[in-house]
Amino acid sequence: MGKLFAVVLILITIISTVFFIYHGPDNILWLPIDASAHGHGVDHQLMETMYGSGFLFVASQILLGLFVWQSTSRPEGWKYKTFPGGAKPMVVSAILLVGIEILTLSFVGSKVWAGIYLSPAESQALPIDVQAGQFAFYFRYAGADGKFGGIHADKIDEGSGNFFGLDPRDDVAARDDVVVASLTIPVNRPILLTMHSKDVIHSFYVRELRLQQDIVPGLMIPLHFTATQTGRFEIVCTQLCGLGHYQMKAYLDVLPAGKFDEWLKQQEAQQ
Amino acid sequence: MSEATAHAATHQHTAPTGFFRKYVFSVDHKVIGLQYYGLGLFAVIIGMILSWLMRLHLGWSTLAIPGLEKLSPVGAPGNVMTPEYYLSLMTMHGTIMVFFVLTNVPFAGFGNYFLPIQVGAADMAFPRMNMMSFWVTLSAFLVLMAAFFVSGGPPLSGWTAYAPLSAIGQDAGPGQGLGQTLWAVSIAIFCVAQLLGALNFIATTLDLRTRGMSLARMPLSTWAWFITSVIGLMAFAVLLPACILLFLDRVAGTSFFVPSGLVVSDRLQPHTGGSPLLWQHLFWFFGHPEVYIAILPAIGIVSHILPAFMRKPMLGTRVLIGCMAAIGFLSYMVWGHHMFVSGMNPFSAILFSVPTLVITIPATIATLLWIGSVYGARLRITTASLFCLGFVSVFISGGISGFFLAQPSIDTYLHATYFVVAHFHFVMGVAAIFGMFAGTYFWMPKMIGRMMNESLGKLHFWITFVGVYCIFMPMHYLGLAGNVRRYAAFTDDFLVPLIPVHQFITIAALVTGAAQLIFLFNLVWTRFRGPKASDNPWQATSLEWSTTSPPPFDNFGGKQLVVHNEAYLYGVQGASGDYVMQTSPETVAQD
Repeated sequence: MGKLFAVVLILITIISTVFFIYHGPDNILWLPIDASAHGHGVDHQLMETMYGSGFLFVASQILLGLFVWQSTSRPEGWKYKTFPGGAKPMVVSAILLVGIEILTLSFVGSKVWAGIYLSPAESQALPIDVQAGQFAFYFRYAGADGKFGGIHADKIDEGSGNFFGLDPRDDVAARDDVVVASLTIPVNRPILLTMHSKDVIHSFYVRELRLQQDIVPGLMIPLHFTATQTGRFEIVCTQLCGLGHYQMKAYLDVLPAGKFDEWLKQQEAQQ
Repeated sequence: MSEATAHAATHQHTAPTGFFRKYVFSVDHKVIGLQYYGLGLFAVIIGMILSWLMRLHLGWSTLAIPGLEKLSPVGAPGNVMTPEYYLSLMTMHGTIMVFFVLTNVPFAGFGNYFLPIQVGAADMAFPRMNMMSFWVTLSAFLVLMAAFFVSGGPPLSGWTAYAPLSAIGQDAGPGQGLGQTLWAVSIAIFCVAQLLGALNFIATTLDLRTRGMSLARMPLSTWAWFITSVIGLMAFAVLLPACILLFLDRVAGTSFFVPSGLVVSDRLQPHTGGSPLLWQHLFWFFGHPEVYIAILPAIGIVSHILPAFMRKPMLGTRVLIGCMAAIGFLSYMVWGHHMFVSGMNPFSAILFSVPTLVITIPATIATLLWIGSVYGARLRITTASLFCLGFVSVFISGGISGFFLAQPSIDTYLHATYFVVAHFHFVMGVAAIFGMFAGTYFWMPKMIGRMMNESLGKLHFWITFVGVYCIFMPMHYLGLAGNVRRYAAFTDDFLVPLIPVHQFITIAALVTGAAQLIFLFNLVWTRFRGPKASDNPWQATSLEWSTTSPPPFDNFGGKQLVVHNEAYLYGVQGASGDYVMQTSPETVAQD
């Protein structure tokens, strides 16, 4: 039965590995296209880790299977053998191999991470205000005056469409703010989102942008990126926020620059 | 000192008389250990049924599940699960499994039964406090179960109970009323029991070792329980106040975790000045060591059992102890890796990532030691040894996915996807459980004096081993596709094509779950029909095999054992048999 264990283990290893390489019809078992300027760094980090871990996964499972196969065919009275070198090769190779991999991945990965989350947005980034609430995202553009109106929690009224709690009567800057339910942005232009929540923690996740950021009540959280491909993508909430969590989503529409300008003018005219 | 206290312990309590003193309100660590095991068994059955309900709904979201409406008319009208009820079942599944199964059985269950025996003591250092720990744990369980039956139902904020969702109260939605309050109370009570238990384990290990039982001669399972209790003392000491603060936010109008200006269900909430991230820091400062509390005993148990079936000592026994200690120490430095995208300062993500990756090193060393130990052995295949070998395999699988998640630049994509679900289920839901199965098949003869059925055991192993890979390996692929977790149903454009994968997983889960009935049947069969076990059916060396099966109430019949040898003298040439027990004064040629 030890041999059976070895065979089953190796089969499991092979079949598991197959699906890390073959991603199903239309690649549904894999990452979608990368539509962001920084995404290649994330993908590269993922692939490096995949190769290193993949090798370790396959090697260790096969080695385990091999040793089990050998060890269950030994005769009565067998005098056990210690692995050559004893525990020392294990300690040394673990420290060296894993240590080097950790150092390399950390070094490169920190740069990728810092590029997304620790660097300031470009000065000409288009600012967009994002509000998350049970169970929808809303997006706000500053309008022709380039200024966002203040938000007031006590003025939030979903029934009348005042999702952000704006006060256009007393706040001039609020009068031309454009509020929409899907995020429309121009391609190849830096975007700066400022995200806040009106109730519980939500999260902003766009697979194609390789971006995820929790939206925490009480905090104003910046997130900047540049989309490099046009198209329609899904923004989904990834932080459990209540019964509507699974349905909480918005569309991200990335438009060519000219079309975006048209769209924005249209929205401003409607305010 | 050790000798005097050990001697004193043999007179700590006289033999119990009467049914209640013997089997219910017992101060005997063996009875208490079995009580914890029984509670864990009951809890895992409930937890598993919850997972079946969840998986059925995920595969077929409009499915009418017979009987569900009886359980909750509001949660499942017409027997079809509502999204909020899905989240409630998910919350209870996680809470029950992490606390009442994974913290309970490997540590409180097996640890209580075997730690005193393995160090040669007559009982734990504080037998009455030990009894109290169990009853407090049971109370915590009952309080949690009550959440199913109160109006509003069980909480839906996940086992992680992030604030403000968990702190606001009824306004936040169904289940967030009394159900969530009961959750906070239950877990706080559980913390108290764990703290008392940890104190007991530490005192027993340090003070009640019998003559000759130096720390270096303690079995690996004892080391694991000892290190786990040290970790547990500090971890539960943080969760307890966190739950109290949550409770206060909910019922006393405080605002530890809730900032001002929140509008929930169209109502402006009265709180002001709190921080949702504070809850996460407190919770994960506990939560990360907690998962090592779940896995370390399994590591110790597997490392203790394998030598008996390889007939050779583990490669690097002392190195393995060092690895367990390193993992325990490092576990306190990594909690922020659950919070990379939480909104905390992104620079701290880099700081937390480094020790998270460094923990890979002792874990890799341990894995290589197991694999290297099998080399050159003469392996005896029993159900216990199969589960040990299976443990190594699934520990590798689960550990490797952790390597991805430890890096913030990758976690930005994989956070809150099924990749995370795959990772923690492999290490906790599979590896730790395999450790418990291995412990059961190995130690059941000692605990109840009867051998378990090996054919049933092996059948149980094979279906379970293949089954868990069918359930959890595909979750990695779903995660790479960005399949978000904690969704009650899959309606987004990119998720709909993945539903067939979920259906496959559900079927695998149901089949694997059904196979656990074989285990349950085996337990019952063993109790009534199992062949009587000898004192040492596995020809093993540690102190539990130096006494009867089951042991007498004071473990060694009033004798004080003297230990002459380290714990794993197997494959010894020139000994009578191929092993030397720890108590044997026999001197042998050491190779």
